[in-house]
Amino acid sequence: MIRESRVSSIDWLSLSLYLILMLLGWVMIYSAVYDENHSSIFDMSQRYGKQLLWIILSLFLGAVILMIDAKFFNVFAYPIYTFVMLMLVGVLLFGSTIAGSKSWFQIGGFAIQPAEFAKFATALALASYLGKLNRDLSLWKTRLTAFAIIGLPAVLILAQYDTGSALVFTVFILVLYREGMSGALMVIGGIAAFLFVLTLYFGQWYVIGGLAVLFGISLLMIRRNRSNITKMLAILVVGVAFVFSVDYAFEKILEPHQRTRINVLLGLEKDLMGAGYNLNQSKIAIGSGGFTGKGFLQGTQTKYNFVPEQSTDFIFCTVGEEWGFIGTTAVILLYLLLLSRLIILAERQRSAFSRIYGYGIASVLFFHFAINIGMTIGLVPVIGIPLPFISYGGSSLWAFSIMFFVFLKQDANRLNIL
Amino acid sequence: MIKRNLSGRKAVILFIFSTIALIFIIKLFFLQVVDHSYKLSSQNNVLRYITQYPARGKILDRKGNLLVYNEAAFDLLVIPQQVKAFDTNEFCQLLAIEKSDFNARLSKARNYSRYRPSVFLEQISKEDYGYIAEKLYHFPGFYFQARTLRHYPQPIAAHVLGDVGEVDQRNIDRDSYYASGDYIGKSGIERFYEKELRGSKGLKIVMVDVYNREKGSFQDGRYDTLPIAGKDLVLGLDADLQAYGEALMNGKTGSIVAIEPSSGEILSLITSPSFDPNLLVGRVRGQNYKALQQDSLKPLINRAISGSYPPGSTFKMINALTALNIGAINEHTEFTCQGKLSRPIKCTHNHKSPLALLEAMENSCNPYFWNTFRNTLYSSKFKDHKDAYDYWFETMHKFGLGVAFDTDIPFELTGNIPSSAYFDKLYRGSWNALTVRSLSIGQGEILVTPLQLANLAVIIGNKGFYYKPHLLKSIVGDTNLPETYKQKIETGVSSEHFEIVKQSMLDVFEGDHGTARYYKIDSIQAGGKTGTVQNPHGDDHSMFIAFAPYDNPRIALAVVVENAGYGSTWAAPIATLMIERYLKGKSNRPALEKRMMETSPNKKTP
Repeated sequence: MIRESRVSSIDWLSLSLYLILMLLGWVMIYSAVYDENHSSIFDMSQRYGKQLLWIILSLFLGAVILMIDAKFFNVFAYPIYTFVMLMLVGVLLFGSTIAGSKSWFQIGGFAIQPAEFAKFATALALASYLGKLNRDLSLWKTRLTAFAIIGLPAVLILAQYDTGSALVFTVFILVLYREGMSGALMVIGGIAAFLFVLTLYFGQWYVIGGLAVLFGISLLMIRRNRSNITKMLAILVVGVAFVFSVDYAFEKILEPHQRTRINVLLGLEKDLMGAGYNLNQSKIAIGSGGFTGKGFLQGTQTKYNFVPEQSTDFIFCTVGEEWGFIGTTAVILLYLLLLSRLIILAERQRSAFSRIYGYGIASVLFFHFAINIGMTIGLVPVIGIPLPFISYGGSSLWAFSIMFFVFLKQDANRLNIL
Repeated sequence: MIKRNLSGRKAVILFIFSTIALIFIIKLFFLQVVDHSYKLSSQNNVLRYITQYPARGKILDRKGNLLVYNEAAFDLLVIPQQVKAFDTNEFCQLLAIEKSDFNARLSKARNYSRYRPSVFLEQISKEDYGYIAEKLYHFPGFYFQARTLRHYPQPIAAHVLGDVGEVDQRNIDRDSYYASGDYIGKSGIERFYEKELRGSKGLKIVMVDVYNREKGSFQDGRYDTLPIAGKDLVLGLDADLQAYGEALMNGKTGSIVAIEPSSGEILSLITSPSFDPNLLVGRVRGQNYKALQQDSLKPLINRAISGSYPPGSTFKMINALTALNIGAINEHTEFTCQGKLSRPIKCTHNHKSPLALLEAMENSCNPYFWNTFRNTLYSSKFKDHKDAYDYWFETMHKFGLGVAFDTDIPFELTGNIPSSAYFDKLYRGSWNALTVRSLSIGQGEILVTPLQLANLAVIIGNKGFYYKPHLLKSIVGDTNLPETYKQKIETGVSSEHFEIVKQSMLDVFEGDHGTARYYKIDSIQAGGKTGTVQNPHGDDHSMFIAFAPYDNPRIALAVVVENAGYGSTWAAPIATLMIERYLKGKSNRPALEKRMMETSPNKKTP
């Protein structure tokens, strides 16, 4: 029963969610940058007009992808990855700088950001690599290769001073976890992040004191044999060493603007006209929406430019201001539904490639969703990455659409795989 | 690969996704539903409260002629953020300012705010506005805002009308109506009737974007209020008479005050030297004010209400009236005069002796009034001379002397009538009529203002009563004149005693020896009295009080020309010209008129 996938085998639920989010984004962009002189939502001189163009082009790309043989992406995973990596190198050499990041190719009036496509390429390459038979993530060789596939684009993007996009690659750890890597890495990562924040907030001596107390309590609770005590001591020493290194890392490794963003988030810095301005205005926009919102086109915070980047990274503010708590909850639930659906689809794949790729795109979408919304409501430092399908921007919309349609194609074709 | 083990990890990942989503929803619930402070912040961001200034009330004279109205002027505002590079030289030339001035003004605006408008150049006249506005499009970031300035069609009555200036911190502290940059009446009518003239401010609420650009009215203007224009005032002042009087006082120092006896309305209140009130308007105000302040002739002083002069001979009539009223003398009482040999006060006039009251007044006989004053203080009606003096003192107050009228003219001085307590202190309790004899002839410690002098003419013309002299005639749209201006004030001296005083004042014009007989006015009977007031600081002051027509006076006035010598040489002709002008509209003594307007009594004063 080997046959080409049919339209009927496409997962209509995830496709609908994709379309809803994308159209919602278009309307939000219209509202965010609404201009009375250009009141038509189809006005091509405005961002909402252009976004419509990107949407149509995305759907066109999607249709093309659905017509390509499903195996193409597995087979060409490495060439695509290699090509995008070359683009990342190329942008370092020939790219133009927009908003401090040297990550754009300027072609005519349009700017293309290879970093957006790197996520797709990495997901493909990782899926292709791990999808081969007998890959065992408990082996260091496999782990290191996987880390290299993920790390290469991250490093190249970091070199473009686009920290936000580089951070996205950390989310592939979820994929590795699903494919068998020990969860300890995630837990350790989580604890490290927690200690990092605690140290910045309370100062290193308090945190070390806390660790010592925890060590004491643990000693009382576990069986006190030599091996246990040695392990506990080792953990304590590593923990203390980490805490001591936090200040160094914070002062020496992070850029000044990154430090302020973290300080603002932790409430250690309150410069509402300077570093804290974005976050404060963003919270005012969302907070002022109330339960039901101010209504379509009635948002003043975003429309009158109090919120920066109101059509791109801070698009969620428009949702919050104009549609209120109802709107924000709806968008969050739509995302959760889409993410869950992608996970379910990934799990039903017969091929490891398709499954891993599915997890890859779900993870990337999740990271964008969590960081972007978390940033606008003050739970995460300001990191400039777009809200998938909703934020204005051709590169990111195309990249996400390609990622999504490639998976949709894999899923539609799953029954053809033995 | 042990697939069975790993598919459980799906749940972990889904759990992570759901947890994050849940945290977001909880956080949003607090942000959007629980916490209301963000609503307020959003309003503070976007709403601007714009004050709408009302038009200040106009001021008209008694015949409806405009004395003060508003003329459009324009402030040039700048929003530094919107300023683009331009030719500063051209701009400076256009505005007629120095380049350094330009830089200072722009950096001041920048320091205030880059996004909010601030005044770059204030009060540009209508004429300059047209010229500048035409070229302003070359200079983005600059725009005009209309406001109003006071304008005076005739350059008269500067002191009466007063001026308007920016509020100071004390004004703001005292009255919450005012905000920084508002205007307030600083002197004169503008100050006294500030509340009536100012109207009330309106408020417009507009929405602005982050660059402070207007984006429309808030909720379709539901919370906006309109400004209410100030009320127009009609003054009792006669603009023509005021202008005429100011012209007559040209080159002289002094004052003319004319009052309508039947109402107390001030017909003219002239002080000289004066200035064009338009000088204290607009951008030139500060500079002109300083120049006026430094002028050695002190044009800013309103001599009509704050010039204090000994009343001289004009005062003798008041002493006579007081004496008549208590029977210290009667009109037939005679006293002897030994001319220059008279003691304690000599007489410089040549007349018969002994003489009665009417002759004494006609001849301004000092010894006669000394005797009258002495008789008053030693009248048997009183316990002692101090008791009598207190009565005399009270009577002076009833004549409006030694006290302020407390009328609608700010900064009015009281003049001076010394009290018995003052003499007790000065002479350690031991004083008598002889000690204070100068008072009998209107010299010594007595000081009166021209307004008080004019009011004396009113009292005599009315035979014993007056209305509080006041500038206001009516407030347009407000029928009630304050009660205080409608109350007849009695002096307590019976009207019959005024007959002889009036008679004496008629004789000043009509009598063979009348001091103003050369200035008799055609077909109008008038009463007058000259005064030649000794002045310790220089030449005598020339003084004249008068009322006309004799029977039912329509105008009463006082003229004071400082350091001009005899009352009959300057003050009397000026007074009669004023009467003629007011009652007949023109003078048929053009030569006199010309001489008064063009010559100055004293070479020492330019």
